[in-house]
Amino acid sequence: MSPQGAQLRQVGRSYRISLPAVAVAALGLVTLALGLVFFVVPNDANQGFSQRIFYFHVSIAFTAYACFAAGAWKALVHLWKRDPLADLESYVAVHQGLIFGSLVLITGSIWAKISWGHWWLWSEDQLVLFLVLFLFYAAYFMLRFSVDPGPQRANLSAVYALFGVVLIPVSFLAIRIAKGFIHPIVFTRHGPNFGGWILAAYCVSQVAMLVLAYALYRVELAGKRLDERLRGLREVLA
Amino acid sequence: MTTAEKYVTGAYCAVFVVVLVYVVIIALKLTRLEREVDELVARTEAEPAEAERERTLVG
Repeated sequence: MSPQGAQLRQVGRSYRISLPAVAVAALGLVTLALGLVFFVVPNDANQGFSQRIFYFHVSIAFTAYACFAAGAWKALVHLWKRDPLADLESYVAVHQGLIFGSLVLITGSIWAKISWGHWWLWSEDQLVLFLVLFLFYAAYFMLRFSVDPGPQRANLSAVYALFGVVLIPVSFLAIRIAKGFIHPIVFTRHGPNFGGWILAAYCVSQVAMLVLAYALYRVELAGKRLDERLRGLREVLA
Repeated sequence: MTTAEKYVTGAYCAVFVVVLVYVVIIALKLTRLEREVDELVARTEAEPAEAERERTLVG
């Protein structure tokens, strides 16, 4: 078999759960989460109705961290096993992380405006560190697309994605090590600072966001794989 | 609608819009891929017909 043909066979991975099933699960869970957030959960004693941003904002933040971590894991797999698909998976995971990261910044800014009276506070370590993490991964795309496709680009992207994962615990722990913060802490060493319906709604929202991210990841990956296979076919036919 | 309700609605709409834009971008990409597949299919169908015609002319 020609190298192109071999590459075509390599580009592909089978999944236990089909993409339509994941998409339907994401839709169902997001609908359930919205139902709980707007019709079941009571108003917060301190922040009132505006606290409802919390359910999606925090869930999206953890999902962004998960996407960046998945991107780093796939980058490690690529460097370790030289799996050509792992590079593509790492790229798609980082892309998902950036999309969810932008949502964290948007929803966070809206929440900050209503709670603190400002869209953004440069004095808040948690906010600035998340922005640093976001910009670091935004630069990943500049690096990736400044190098011609091939093993060199895949290796450089993988190393960069691996470096970025160090910023995740820093960003997550910043709120705990910072002094004089106003950003609320919802998870302490003793568990979450809430219970009952609030905890249930948060858990459903978190699972919904993770499944949504996974569905979008699978859709984008399927598109990228199709693109790769078409490129291979064009080379074979040329 | 209170100010808090407006902001919360804005936040959830922002999430919806970003996901929607993403889906539209992916849909556009899939349309492009579909067009490319059609072009490749047309090419593979045209090539044997062309070869057959050349064989007929030579013969």
